[in-house]
Amino acid sequence: MARITAGLTTSHIPAVGAAIDLGKTGEPYWKPVFAGYEFSKRWIAEHMPDVVVLVYNDHASAFSLEMIPTFAIGCAESFQPADEGWGPRPVPVVQGHPELAWHIAQSTILDEFDMTIVNRMDVDHGLTVPLSLLFGQPAAWPCKVIPLAVNVVQYPPPTGNRCWNLGRAISKAVASFDRDLKVMVWGTGGMSHQLQGPRAGLINRDFDTRFLDGLTKDPEALAKIPHVEYVREAGSEGIELVMWLIMRGALERAAREVHRFYHVPASNTAVGHIILENPPR
Amino acid sequence: MKGYNEAFQDIPGTVVFDATQSRLGYHLNQFCMSLMKADNRAAFKAGERAYLERWPMTEEQRQAVLDRDYNRMIALGGNIYFLAKIGATDGFSFQNLASKMTGVPEDEYKAMMVAGGRPIEGNRSKTGKAK
Repeated sequence: MARITAGLTTSHIPAVGAAIDLGKTGEPYWKPVFAGYEFSKRWIAEHMPDVVVLVYNDHASAFSLEMIPTFAIGCAESFQPADEGWGPRPVPVVQGHPELAWHIAQSTILDEFDMTIVNRMDVDHGLTVPLSLLFGQPAAWPCKVIPLAVNVVQYPPPTGNRCWNLGRAISKAVASFDRDLKVMVWGTGGMSHQLQGPRAGLINRDFDTRFLDGLTKDPEALAKIPHVEYVREAGSEGIELVMWLIMRGALERAAREVHRFYHVPASNTAVGHIILENPPR
Repeated sequence: MKGYNEAFQDIPGTVVFDATQSRLGYHLNQFCMSLMKADNRAAFKAGERAYLERWPMTEEQRQAVLDRDYNRMIALGGNIYFLAKIGATDGFSFQNLASKMTGVPEDEYKAMMVAGGRPIEGNRSKTGKAK
C-alpha cells in the first residue's frame, strides 16, 4: 500500500527562484538562505519519495478572478511551468501521478471535501521554487508531483481547521491506494510577510517561532487560529500558513521534527522550513 | 461569520481582498492578468491610456494605473498579486513596489528588511484593541 513517510514545509518566495535561476545563490545576501537547505537536500536524496503531494497557492497565474477554486487537485500527466510575466522559469516540466491524484480526488470528495479536479494547469513559483530548493537544478525532477492549489488570494480562504481536516482525508486516501508508493506531503508559503500597502515588510519572528514549535507540540491549537490573527500577526500574505496545516494533518500525530530553518529576510519574507518524519513502520 | 469582514478593519495599513474589493476591482485585476502575455505588454507600453480604455474600468482606476499609485489601486479593488504584473511589465521587483507603497526609498526599505523587517509592535491594531 502507499504510505506517507514524511512532510515538509517551506516558503516559496519568487526571488529565491530567481536567485537559483540566475546563479546568485553564492552571493552574500542569498548564501544564508540556501545554507538552510543543505541538510534537506541530503535528507531527501536518502529518503526519495515516489510522489510528492505539493500544497501551494497559485499567484494569479493559472487562476484569474474568472474562477477561484478553494482546493484544486492536479490530475494531469504533466504540468508546464507558468509564464508569470518574465517568461517561464527554466525548470523541468512537472510530471504528475494521475492514478494517485484521481484516487485522492475520489477519496476526499466521498469524504465530503468538494475538490476541483484540474486536467490542465500551469504551475507557478509557488510550486516550482520548493522543488528547486530541495532538488536543485536537475534535467528532470526526481519524483512525481501532484499539485494541490489552495485559494489564499480571494477572501475567504479555507479555515485552518478545514486545511487540517483535508490533510487527514489525504492521509486516509493515500493509505487506501493499492500500490507500494512512498508519498510525501509538502506545505508551502509563509512565513510572516506582507506585500501590500503601508504595512508592507511586516515580519513577526515570535509568531513564526510559535507556529514552527506548534507543528510538533500542539498542531490542533494551530488549526484553531482564525484568519484575522494570521493577517494581524503574520501579515496579509502570512495567511499562506494555513496551507502548512494540510501537510501537518496528513502526518501522524507522533511525527518527529528532523530539521528546522528560519531566516529573515528573503526579499520581503521570513523564510521558514521544517521537516517532519512519520514514525518508522 | 458575523463580524468576519469587520474584524480585519482594525489592522493598520492593510486591505483584505474580500467580496467587496473583488467586485470593485474585477476589471482592474483582469487587465493586470492580460499583462502575462508578451503581446499585451507591448501594446500596453506602446499606449497605456488607449490600452486601459479597452477595459471597462472606472476613470479613477485608470488614472491610478497611469500614476502607478499602488495604494490607490488597492483601495480601488486591485489585488497585489495581480498588480505585481504591472510592476513586472515596468521591470520592477516586488521590493520596488513595496518601497512605493510604504513611501520610503528602495534602499531604505531593503535595509529595513535586512534588519529584521517591519516590527509587529505598534503595527497590530488601529484602535489598540488587539495587543
